Amino acid sequence: MKILVPVKRVIDYNVKVRVKADNTGVELANVKMSMNPFDEIAVEEALRIKEAGNAEEIIVVSIGPAQAQETLRTALAMGADRAILVKTDDLVEPLAVAKILKAIVAEETPELVILGKQAIDDDCNQTGQMLAALLEWPQGTFASEVKLGEGTVNVTREVDGGLETVKLTLPAVVTADLRLNEPRYASLPNIMKAKRKPLDTKEPSDYGVDTARRLTTLKVEEPAKRASGIIVENIAELVTKLRDEAGVI
Amino acid sequence: MPTYSAPVKDIKFLLHDYFNLQKLEHIPAFAEATPDLLDAILDEAAKINENVFQPLNLSGDGQGCRLEDGKVITPDGFKEAYAQYLEGGWQGMTGDVKYGGQGLPQTLGLLLNEIMVSANWGFAMYPGLTKGATESIYAWGTDEQKEKYLPKMYSAEWAGTMNLTEPHCGTDLGLLTTKAVPQDDGSYKITGTKIFISAGDHDLTENIIHLVLAKIPGGPDGVKGISLFIVPRDIINDDGSVGANNGVSCGSLEEKMGIHSNATCVMNYDEATGYLLGDKHKGMKAMFTMMNEARLGVAIQGLAIAEVAQQNAVAYANDRLQGRALTGPQNPDAKADPIMVHPDVRRMLMTNRAFIEGSRAMTVWAGILVDTTREHPDEAEREKAEELLALITPVLKSYLTDQGVEAASRALQCFGGHGYIREWGMEQFLRDSRIAPIYEGTNGIQAMDLIGRKLPANGGAAIRAYFEMVQTFIDDNKTNDALSNYMPGLEKANGRLQAASMWLMQNGMSNPNNAGAGAHYYLNLLALVTMAYFWADMAKKAHEMIAAGEGDKEFLENKLITADFFYGHMLPETAALKAKIEAGATSVMGLDAHSF
Repeated sequence: MKILVPVKRVIDYNVKVRVKADNTGVELANVKMSMNPFDEIAVEEALRIKEAGNAEEIIVVSIGPAQAQETLRTALAMGADRAILVKTDDLVEPLAVAKILKAIVAEETPELVILGKQAIDDDCNQTGQMLAALLEWPQGTFASEVKLGEGTVNVTREVDGGLETVKLTLPAVVTADLRLNEPRYASLPNIMKAKRKPLDTKEPSDYGVDTARRLTTLKVEEPAKRASGIIVENIAELVTKLRDEAGVI
Repeated sequence: MPTYSAPVKDIKFLLHDYFNLQKLEHIPAFAEATPDLLDAILDEAAKINENVFQPLNLSGDGQGCRLEDGKVITPDGFKEAYAQYLEGGWQGMTGDVKYGGQGLPQTLGLLLNEIMVSANWGFAMYPGLTKGATESIYAWGTDEQKEKYLPKMYSAEWAGTMNLTEPHCGTDLGLLTTKAVPQDDGSYKITGTKIFISAGDHDLTENIIHLVLAKIPGGPDGVKGISLFIVPRDIINDDGSVGANNGVSCGSLEEKMGIHSNATCVMNYDEATGYLLGDKHKGMKAMFTMMNEARLGVAIQGLAIAEVAQQNAVAYANDRLQGRALTGPQNPDAKADPIMVHPDVRRMLMTNRAFIEGSRAMTVWAGILVDTTREHPDEAEREKAEELLALITPVLKSYLTDQGVEAASRALQCFGGHGYIREWGMEQFLRDSRIAPIYEGTNGIQAMDLIGRKLPANGGAAIRAYFEMVQTFIDDNKTNDALSNYMPGLEKANGRLQAASMWLMQNGMSNPNNAGAGAHYYLNLLALVTMAYFWADMAKKAHEMIAAGEGDKEFLENKLITADFFYGHMLPETAALKAKIEAGATSVMGLDAHSF
């Protein structure tokens, strides 16, 4: 079977994010970008499934600017077989991403789509769920374990109360959570090989998808700075302050 | 605990913008090394170094290596980290593709070496020694030897070492006594004791291939009778598998000041089977292949330790609140300002910064010279690069390692008393840094090599080529207004270097002690002029990019400020160095030995 892994190029998790002076968004110029960490986990999971002999091909896809090629090459260097870049300079919302992915699924006919549960830039946590709905496929989100069966997949989900295991009939959509696996480092020989692996470039219009935004961003601001604390003399004063000033008890 | 983040941005500026490696595609190693590939390699190397090797640095220092039942055990976590290094296929990066290498430029190898040493010096030395050994086998080995050893060493399955020093013979190798007795089958029986053998034994690889200097009985006396041998720790069977011990053992481990996680061994060879590498009695020549490369590698250790110490000092200076800025509170909401506001803290951090970025440019230049000497299609270019490289190698080795110690010390100073406390990791950096001015030829030896061998070689061709490079730059840019902060200073410093060269030529002939007394100063003078050349040229590039609206403006403007600092606060040292050279040897040699 084929596995499709969508990956997103995001601001690197180590970067201290700065808001643009005009409050229209965050500063992305000259900032280190890398693959969304949850997507890295998704790529790793696909690789493990393939290495266990349960998949023949892993296709990675990214929707974003020309530089998203670097992100795709990273996935190829980890071991994915080929890549598709859907090139657009628009900030594409999850619904449009899901529609593009749906069209790619129709072309590539994978049996499994694995993607990160959310991207660390906008934290939407929507694409996987929307894609499953559009495809009318079952979904296993927040996966911390993925086990393939005969035409099925068991997904252990990290839910509020603990772990929930669901059995999905393939084809299905799985979104990866943090504890699913620890992604590998790409080896030098594989980084070199990745250069020669096929990478197709498309545009949203090739899939008949309009990427115009439906949401308007009014303002982006830094979180309020933490006010300095005070030292209280005794428990009684603490309780008084919590009751009268903070109003929390 | 200290942290480290590989300086990928500065490296990319040097590779893509400043040196523009794409211009070098006529050199085969660079043809494949496209910018996107270099970036991908750097980013991935940064990750494994930051996340896997660096976290073992402090613990490895605390635990050190131990000798159990004649075997060396490396600190906890080293085996697993080495397995990831092996898995990553990093060891063969610059190796010939014919033997399983990746054929990438040595320039890139040097940069990744910097990252690895910054992350974990003691760990980095294990693969580093292997690299040195493979260079020698590649240069001097027979086809059969190359096929036997290189693939397993490029893959990091086997390690390598170099064995020169003996208890009574360090710098003066002519005194060595390790014997190599010829056998009927063409091999030799090696017997003797070697000391200070870095990575001499460890538990990271299935075998260790030692390169050992020894004398074949009946050969010429002194260094002319030395040969180089390949001596595997464990016998390699005909089918390539590893067999029993070959009479090679680690007698003891040295207790030392730093690099605790790297095993420094006394090695005993007891009729161990060895194979001649290169020609009989030409061991010194073969060994210098390894040595020259190793000297550049050590130079980079000075840069690397400065970088990681600096990163931690900067973080601390921004975080630590003490006192108020001289110009009034900068952080009025808190009781004190971060110590970054103090000019004296800035003096230390800016000195380190100018040193680090300037020396990184110099090492990339040296790397390009290495690749040019090996692969440039034009013989004249290869020769010119060889001369410049020979000239600049002792300069880099000595200046970068001396300054590496100073930089680690300045970074520690920023921490005040906490710098002296182990858990901050700063004192480890200082202790580790202190070996680099000593090994691979002490810095005193480097200065003597520069003055006694490199300057006069080939009728002074190298220093003439060097002066031509600097003078051409001065002539071309003298009237460039953007460089008005730099060109007068460069011209003056270059003038001092020329005058000092003349003085040494005139006064060193009549009294060699004049040359010996001035050698260290002269080396530093040459280093500062070279760094000044690169700072001015990098500033030129930064100006051009800013004018064209290219690149990261803040990064480029910071380059200009750092260049200003170098020219204002570091280059003036050249005047003092010239004066010290011209003071000659009289007072240096004046005291009777018994008066000390």
